[in-house]
Amino acid sequence: MMWKRLLLTLFTLTASGGIAAQQKESAFNMPVGVTEVSRDAFDMHMLLFWTCVGIGVSVFSVMAWSLYHHRRSRGAKAAKFSENTTVEVVWTIIPVLILTAVTVPATAILLKTNAESPNPDMVVDVHGSQWKWKYVYPEEDISFFSNLATSSRDASQMNPETSPADAPDYLLAVDNPLVVPTDKTIRLRITSDDVIHSWWVPQLGFKLDAVPGSFNNADIRIDEPGTYRGQCAELCGTGHAYMPVVVKALAPPAYAEWVAEKKEAAAKEAAQASGPWTMETAMAQGKKLYASACASCHQANGQGIEGTFPALDGGKITTGPVKGHMDIVIHGSEKNPVMQAYGGQLSDREIAAVVTYERNAWSNDTGDLVTPEAVEAAR
Amino acid sequence: MSQTADSVVDQIDHDHSHAGPRKGPLRWLLTVNHKDVGTMYLVLSLVALLVGGVMALLIRAELFQPGLQLTQPQFFNSLTTMHGITMIFLAIMPGLAGLANWMVPLQIGADDMYWPKVNNWAFWMLPPAAIMLWGTFFMSQGAPGGGWTLYAPLSSTFAPPSIDWVIMAIHIMGISSILGALNIIMTILKMRAKGMRLWDMPLFTWTWLITGFLLLLAMPTLAIAVTMLLTDRHLGTEFFEASGNPVLYQHIFWFFGHPEVYIMILPAFGVVSEIVPAFSRKPLFGRTSMIWAVIAITFMSAIVWAHHMFTVGLPVEGQLLFMYTTMLIAVPTGIKVFNWIATMWRGSMTFEAPMLWALGFIFLFTIGGLSGLMLADVPADYQYQDTYFVVAHLHYVVVTGSLFAIIAGVLFWLPKWTGHMYNETLAKWHFWLSVISVNIAFFPMHFAGLAGMPRRIPDYPMQFMDFNAISTVGAFVFGFSQLLLIWLVIQTIRGGKPAGDRPWDGAKGLEWTLPSPPPYHTFVEPPSQQTVHEEGPHGHH
Repeated sequence: MMWKRLLLTLFTLTASGGIAAQQKESAFNMPVGVTEVSRDAFDMHMLLFWTCVGIGVSVFSVMAWSLYHHRRSRGAKAAKFSENTTVEVVWTIIPVLILTAVTVPATAILLKTNAESPNPDMVVDVHGSQWKWKYVYPEEDISFFSNLATSSRDASQMNPETSPADAPDYLLAVDNPLVVPTDKTIRLRITSDDVIHSWWVPQLGFKLDAVPGSFNNADIRIDEPGTYRGQCAELCGTGHAYMPVVVKALAPPAYAEWVAEKKEAAAKEAAQASGPWTMETAMAQGKKLYASACASCHQANGQGIEGTFPALDGGKITTGPVKGHMDIVIHGSEKNPVMQAYGGQLSDREIAAVVTYERNAWSNDTGDLVTPEAVEAAR
Repeated sequence: MSQTADSVVDQIDHDHSHAGPRKGPLRWLLTVNHKDVGTMYLVLSLVALLVGGVMALLIRAELFQPGLQLTQPQFFNSLTTMHGITMIFLAIMPGLAGLANWMVPLQIGADDMYWPKVNNWAFWMLPPAAIMLWGTFFMSQGAPGGGWTLYAPLSSTFAPPSIDWVIMAIHIMGISSILGALNIIMTILKMRAKGMRLWDMPLFTWTWLITGFLLLLAMPTLAIAVTMLLTDRHLGTEFFEASGNPVLYQHIFWFFGHPEVYIMILPAFGVVSEIVPAFSRKPLFGRTSMIWAVIAITFMSAIVWAHHMFTVGLPVEGQLLFMYTTMLIAVPTGIKVFNWIATMWRGSMTFEAPMLWALGFIFLFTIGGLSGLMLADVPADYQYQDTYFVVAHLHYVVVTGSLFAIIAGVLFWLPKWTGHMYNETLAKWHFWLSVISVNIAFFPMHFAGLAGMPRRIPDYPMQFMDFNAISTVGAFVFGFSQLLLIWLVIQTIRGGKPAGDRPWDGAKGLEWTLPSPPPYHTFVEPPSQQTVHEEGPHGHH
């Protein structure tokens, strides 16, 4: 019975080039996904599942039969036997055969999945940090943070004004998704700027840890345009549930358009930035940066979270000496490692903007305009 | 040897070794009697089960609905971390150690443990460690929230100051375990009654002998890992920093962590191997291969650790190696399950509560084993890793595995310990409520994990709502059902039908030759070789 089922599954696997293609997505099961890796994972999962069902049904039937027939209340008398070498050999060999049957395809798939493409079409660097992702396209000179969407963040507070049910894609939505083309081999180089995170989109078929101090590479090739959502999969602190991974796959022409737009916006920003350093430009740029780099802890309203993240609205550092404020942004906090050193991640101008913003937003009104030169000197 | 044990008893108790326990509350602090120490381990285990259980119910209450209702994320993380450490080190391990303290000397005809004083120390280290551990909830920035695995750097340089206290508590619990393990090993090797060869020992004693060695391998490794966390925090080393290698921590931790899994399950195998033959009224099938299977599992448990780490970026050869070794461990585990079923086959079975728990164990542990087989398969594990599928798997092996076996063992030996039969009707209610609710709690977690829910999150996307609501209902019923167990045990201690020497007609072993309850000091006169033979695997009665 079990063997028939197993053979049937194996047969289906080989005959149809994978059962994944015929399956509908189910809320109870692993998604089939949109990459070869995800379809392989799904096929492997189903093969294992039916193998385990087969083993379970066989073993439990024998047990149930015995429980029913060999009970004293039915007058069963205990037999005396207590060993039989033949059956012991049989039930050692059969599991070995079953295991071999599932391990052979697993080995083949694993070797295939782990083989890195010799020349990927493009590269994206993925940086995990508490609690957001940063995507860097080294060939295009594009880089941005990907934060939990404001709608989700608002609904995820205690006693929220909007309920989670009303937030679109609650906890699975971000401000800036990773945008990639379909039908191209994309090399992801995954790392972390602080603790270990794990980059996972179920529809892409794998997760890979973001480990500080090293890069883990994965090649992805997405077949269908669409938006694919996942979450950080390795416990990374307070905000672990609040750093989704969202990938938007566009057909190559649409992707090229996106790249052009992104570059244009960057050029505009650079032009603006090279203009005179006024309170207005600093505040505008600072507000944007604050939302992407700071708000996940200190909150959009600057109130922080009591006992965990200090409030910046009326805070000691944001209303105290400018030097101390710049220092903690550039070098991070000695006392609290969750406050990262942004010196390596942001330019002088960006740090000047964000510090200026924090000193003049909400009820803070120090009137300080921090200049990029001052930041350079403080580094 | 028995002389040494007796003289220590005399010294401490200022009493003749045939006398009863010391009067007054100091009895429990100063006792070197294996039965007293066993009882204290079991009481501690029960207390920890309640404390860890309350944490679990807080976790489940928060997860009942999407959104945050009860706990801030940091406190939620502290709860998952402390729930894990509490259940493993203070509920399951002391529970099994309690059974060992009570039963190993009785099963081998010894008058006490090899080092009675050390036995007292090993136990009394645990309550201070528990207070330290649970006290971190009240320290500045709260209890650590990096998970029971304490991965670096989240649990080293990024952790709240209270992590130092948790590390200290782990060190103390580790020393306690090592002392306990040495004591059990020496007791078994040196104090067996004349005529009992190693191969004649009861299975429960056998599994504890092997577990003792596994503890000696695992606990020092854990000590090394957490000490390195400490030096990273305070002495400027960078073992697990970005400049060092954070993955190194995981290798060291799981070199402890995987044997630890078997530390929690091998004695459970032992308990089930005592109960199934007793209620089938038939000798254990394939006794020798059962013992060899345990030995094989023990060796293999030391070479599978990286299957917890398939997504950290191991070289593909490493992934293959650990997949193969992990798959292979299913073979000896399968042998155990098949042999239990063969023991029942053509037996004359009755279904008193200990047998029900043992059957629940076989059925549900096998489900946990099968999901373990799925997790071993790397291409699929890339999806399963760190999801609720893993949470489901580990609770099927630890709750419906280890914990079920501890409850089975307690009910099996309770008539012997107290001299009274427990209330069978109440015990059956407790069993059926527990076994149904535990599945309502943990089975839906398989689906939540497959659908993509990561573990250790205080809040989740809407599509996981139903699974979580169902799990929470099951968890609350399971949690509150355990109050029946407490009531059942208290009732049995206070009175009940006299149990007689051998309350289970199919049970064999030296413990059943003693009166129920046994006198404070047993086997002061070692059992005769004839008794040892009759109660052993080759005896008939």
